[in-house]
Amino acid sequence: MVLSGDSDLLEIVVLSLRVSLTATAIACFIGLIVGALVAISRFRGRNALLILMNALMGLPPVVVGLLVYLHLSRSGPLGFLGLLYTPTAMILAQTILITPIIAALSRQILEDLHAEYAEQFRSLCLTRMQTIEALLWDARYSLLTVGLAGFGRAVAEVGAVIIVGGNIDHLTRVMTTAIALETSKGDLALALALGIILLVIALGVNAAVQSVRMTAARQAYV
Amino acid sequence: MLGTTIGASALAIILAGGALAQDQSIIVQSTTSTANSGLYDYLLPIFQDETGIQVNVVAVGTGQAIKNAENCDGDVLLVHAKAAEEKFVAAGFGTTRTDLMYNDFVIVGPAADPAAVSGMTDVQGALTKIAEAGALFASRGDDSGTHKKEVSLWADTSIDPTASSGDWYRETGSGMGATLNAGIGMGAYVMTDRATWINFGNRQDYVIEVQGDEDMFNQYGVIPINPAKCPAVNVDAAQTFADWLVSAKGQEVIAAYKIDDQQLFFPNAPDQ
Repeated sequence: MVLSGDSDLLEIVVLSLRVSLTATAIACFIGLIVGALVAISRFRGRNALLILMNALMGLPPVVVGLLVYLHLSRSGPLGFLGLLYTPTAMILAQTILITPIIAALSRQILEDLHAEYAEQFRSLCLTRMQTIEALLWDARYSLLTVGLAGFGRAVAEVGAVIIVGGNIDHLTRVMTTAIALETSKGDLALALALGIILLVIALGVNAAVQSVRMTAARQAYV
Repeated sequence: MLGTTIGASALAIILAGGALAQDQSIIVQSTTSTANSGLYDYLLPIFQDETGIQVNVVAVGTGQAIKNAENCDGDVLLVHAKAAEEKFVAAGFGTTRTDLMYNDFVIVGPAADPAAVSGMTDVQGALTKIAEAGALFASRGDDSGTHKKEVSLWADTSIDPTASSGDWYRETGSGMGATLNAGIGMGAYVMTDRATWINFGNRQDYVIEVQGDEDMFNQYGVIPINPAKCPAVNVDAAQTFADWLVSAKGQEVIAAYKIDDQQLFFPNAPDQ
């Protein structure tokens, strides 16, 4: 399966990437906005919120899976959508898992940056939206790493996707659930081989982002 | 503006999900043993060719499969724990339960055989010897069909193994394959269904020590989920699948599934 690179394996790899990249994109969208808003705002209970955001970075995947399962189950409040055991359910679970990571890490980066620029922003009389835009643009390279941290967490977790996806062959089987399955069959060599492929995929995504970053940085200096 | 954007993306996600759902597909809540043994990989393509119905299998322990089915997250239940299955039907979650096929349980252990049970056919006697020798025994401990069976076999002896939980009685709380991996890792005896064992890749020096007792019979049943409780059930397709499994053709296919020339499941549905 591994050496021949057959279509089953390709299907699993493509689904893994599709689910985790989509989850990362949605989580970045929500997480960066939340992170930026919290970074530049001062309000009552802010410290408590920061502690909560940081603590949620440690959300156990299996708990997220269970919560999403209970909501999407046909006997749950969102059961009528029929989303359980679909890739959409897996995207939803991974999004919930990694949004706090992206929000908390980007909040820290943007807050540090904001402290540096605060006076300048004030003298320019920027609106809140313009401030956020400027901060996000200025911190874009650091934020890329934040996105990668989120993607890494998403693509590597098995606890959530195996509950809400069900590890159904040709439908919701991804790399990590396939590895869990092969391990449970006692086919440790195949499980390990799949694990190595997963690592290579993660390397590939990171290398792609790195090259985008370097190209952009080079152009910026010209 | 932010709210509408998030709302729009949420809507897009939901629509994308809806588009993936196929009308002629069913979800089978099933045990790990049938899936890990490779039976579905052999049987489902034949069924799909004949009927065009796509069958999606969620393989979990029998206890979890029944709970998922009670939450209406499936169309057909295919498990092995007769008492629990009959309770499921009596509670109105399933329409009818039909005997489908059987295989048997065996106790595997290291070649060194510290409790000297090799070759025994009396399972209660073998369990008693293992307990008296204080030899390690790895239990599923996950409320699965195999675990329920094991608990009932212990109940027939005068030993309460859970009193020694953590000592020589090790409850892994995981699936059959994971428990075999753990048991083999620590040199413990493990009770497993024969199909999973034949198909298991990481046997090391382990062999079947105890087999052949009628009490180790492992009966599988099939139950379509009741649309009266679960309106979203794909009734026709679910019934078609259940009927096909117990039909002459389905039973023939089950009997024909072999690994290394060994038949893994023995069909025994009542004549239709």
